[in-house]
Amino acid sequence: MSITTRSNKEATRREVDRAIRSGGGDWRPLAFQGLLLLALITSFGILVVLLTDIVTNAWPTIQARGFSFVTDGLSLNPETAGVFTGIIGSVIIASIVALLAFPIGISAAVYLEEYAPDNRRTRFVDTTVRNLAGVPSIVYGLLGLAMFVPLVRMIGLGGSTGGKNILAAGITMAALVLPIVIITSIEAIRSVPATIREAGFGVGATQWEVIRSHVMPSALPGILTGTVLTLARAFGETAPLLVIGVATGYFAPAGDASILDRLTGPYTALPVIVFSWSRQTQAAFADTLAPAAIVVLLIVLFLLNGAAIWLRNRAEKRW
Amino acid sequence: MTQSITTVDLTGDPRRRRKERRVRAIFLAAGLASIAISALIIVALSGEAWRFISQVDPAALFTVGWFPRRGLYDIPTLIIATVLIAGIGMLVAVPLGLGAAAYLSEYASPRARRRLKPTLEILAGIPSVVLGFWALTFISPEIVQRVFTSAKPFTMMAAGLGVGVLITPLIATVSEDAMRAVPTSLREASYGLGASRSTTVRSVVFPASLSGVVASLILALSRAMGETMIVFMAAGAVGGALRTFNPLEPGQTMTAAVASLATGSDQVAGEGLAFQSLFFVGLLLFLITLSLNSISNRLVRRYRNRY
Amino acid sequence: MSDRSPNDAVSGESALFDGAARAPEVDAARVTGGSPDNTHDVIISLEDVDVYYGDFHAVDSVSVPIREKEITAFIGPSGCGKSTVLRTINRMNDLIPTARVEGSVTYHGVDLYGGNVDPVQVRRHIGMVFQKPNPFPKSIYDNISFGPKIAKYDGNMDDLVEESLNRAALWDEVKDKLDDSAYALSGGQQQRLCIARAIATSPDVLLMDEPASALDPIATLRIEELMYELKQDYTIIIVTHNMQQAARVSDRTAFFNIDIQNGQRAGRLVEFSETATLFTTPSEKTTEDYITGRFG
Repeated sequence: MSITTRSNKEATRREVDRAIRSGGGDWRPLAFQGLLLLALITSFGILVVLLTDIVTNAWPTIQARGFSFVTDGLSLNPETAGVFTGIIGSVIIASIVALLAFPIGISAAVYLEEYAPDNRRTRFVDTTVRNLAGVPSIVYGLLGLAMFVPLVRMIGLGGSTGGKNILAAGITMAALVLPIVIITSIEAIRSVPATIREAGFGVGATQWEVIRSHVMPSALPGILTGTVLTLARAFGETAPLLVIGVATGYFAPAGDASILDRLTGPYTALPVIVFSWSRQTQAAFADTLAPAAIVVLLIVLFLLNGAAIWLRNRAEKRW
Repeated sequence: MTQSITTVDLTGDPRRRRKERRVRAIFLAAGLASIAISALIIVALSGEAWRFISQVDPAALFTVGWFPRRGLYDIPTLIIATVLIAGIGMLVAVPLGLGAAAYLSEYASPRARRRLKPTLEILAGIPSVVLGFWALTFISPEIVQRVFTSAKPFTMMAAGLGVGVLITPLIATVSEDAMRAVPTSLREASYGLGASRSTTVRSVVFPASLSGVVASLILALSRAMGETMIVFMAAGAVGGALRTFNPLEPGQTMTAAVASLATGSDQVAGEGLAFQSLFFVGLLLFLITLSLNSISNRLVRRYRNRY
Repeated sequence: MSDRSPNDAVSGESALFDGAARAPEVDAARVTGGSPDNTHDVIISLEDVDVYYGDFHAVDSVSVPIREKEITAFIGPSGCGKSTVLRTINRMNDLIPTARVEGSVTYHGVDLYGGNVDPVQVRRHIGMVFQKPNPFPKSIYDNISFGPKIAKYDGNMDDLVEESLNRAALWDEVKDKLDDSAYALSGGQQQRLCIARAIATSPDVLLMDEPASALDPIATLRIEELMYELKQDYTIIIVTHNMQQAARVSDRTAFFNIDIQNGQRAGRLVEFSETATLFTTPSEKTTEDYITGRFG
């Protein structure tokens, strides 16, 4: 500390000069940063390889079939097989999810954030929801098989499948995504500033009036983001459907079937088609039709994800 | 203005109050739906699981392998395969995920982060059936069978690597959140003391975010153990598997055992105990992942309350 | 310099002022700092320093000489660039990707922005204490030993920890709980811990960026007393928006202001002199307006 006395000012200068220079450079910090960067590049690199590989393999089918691949139904003939049956199945499942899981999930979030007192019961519900979100999807499949399939049969919608139909599948998928809807909605509602609520109460509104006209409009973009991501999840999930008797092979697409028959008969879904084609004995199915089905699936998911990110960015600009 | 207010005026409109109560009840019912689902899961699983465990010959639970249709229910087979595949996945994903998280959080420019983080989140949403297909058609022939020339087309190794690819973005995004939650003031304190960036990352940011990072790892582990499609498609062993510790052999995890039983050509009817065993395995899986998730959630809550 | 405490001359009431309740004017009689004897050498010299954040010109052509073992105060209204200037001295601005520094900052005659100067090494000589106490979420002991450890200190760590805490006037309060979390301390204690942590790396210079602005008046007073003692060994530069604080503790004061020229806002140095002079007979009209509370 006492390095500075007048007599050796120049010596001090030299000493300081030496001390603060990087003496040729310690390579370790750089190596550390390099390793981290390598991890990042590898993570993305793997996915680039994955997408390239899939698209390359899908290319012959996409080129030969074009859009008819999307509009053709299932078939044993690789020349004419398409994913339309699966898309219809996935859309019906997603619709059931939207119909069941969204209203229940958003309401539950409103209750937990706006009404519930901070007591042990509320915390228990909150913990349960968070734990449910991590339950493996195949366990939900078992839940569907044991509970929702008999339920559907009981209310007379069992059809030719004895309840192992798209209705049971949709209810199962709704149960699977419900915790995710609740969690993302809670987060969206929580981000609404308290001042907005206070302003509402301040002019004499009841709790419901404050929620309906102040909290919900502000939280809506965030909630929508969550629900869109949930739809993406419902589109991509395969395992629970396997347990509730999704058709993994070829089945006759009933072109002129009534809506009721479609809902209660055999069904399939887009990701299940990927799975079943990958095990088809004819090489063409696994080699190029399955990758092409993956491309369709990924395009749907990227569109849904893109919509969610767009919604979130819009929400972030609000305050 | 000068009118006196009576107490009656302050009780409010009874219709408005009734409506308020009704709305509240509806929301409460929705809140309880999640509890109902948990209860249903437990009821659905434990009923059949109990029938399995009370009727099965205990000797059949520890045999040479998992062949439910032949009455061999070797539970260790499933547990070994589950742990082995999840372990291989973690071995791949932990260094990649944490490294990517640390780089994004501490080194990347804000612009790069704004682009890369959402991309990573999208990648985290790639369906497992896609990764299962890729593990089978790319990882197995192009990587596993090249490195280990004796390996079969269906191996636990290929499934494990596929699971690693699945959980890498999950670890990266959740850990990055935890690292970013470390206040800038701590980084400044470290730099102000003459710490380099790498020292700051290793000695300040990483320890401060540890509970969040560990939470992300446990979450990933739970996800890896609960993953079905990748294992079902790439690890092979449809119908059953022999007990083995060798990752270059086919194997059947708890999830794959359920999927395999449920999709078999003869389907799971009420024959024998095979149907019930499915629920027993499901219950086991449920309990394992549930405990992992509660630990993870508790840790996340801790790091949220920290600052 | 006399060895009386800076607070002897401060009446209890004015000591309780902080920036939020700025005094309408500073009584010249209460200026206790600001009579340096000019025997100290210039240790840090800023010459024509300009700082840009991207296109934003934050600081325009600032020149200040800092003398050894004195307390130099930077005062001025919010946004005048005083913290920015402070952060050029230990190159903390390097951490902001868009920040650019022009001009020269020398330390013992060495250009701090010269080729292959390592900012990490610079910060080991020029320590910093921040506005909000920012202890690490570790034990008290580990907070102090962090700096010496990364500098590969090979002496007795226990002694160093004790000495640093002693100098920061915190030892007696924490000696029995060195293994407790630093978060268990009060705000004022945390800030003294941060000062002890900065001292532990044996720096030459201490930069203090509004070190008391987040503290209550009594804790503030203790920090000021501490600074007074620390200047026996260290050169201290303090940024403060509290004029009483500058008047009480500093030997010299630099007054910065926001200057608008051609529609561009930039922080500029208005006046730099001995604290007593600046507060009693400022040579600039703006300085006088500011210290008498007419703006800011």
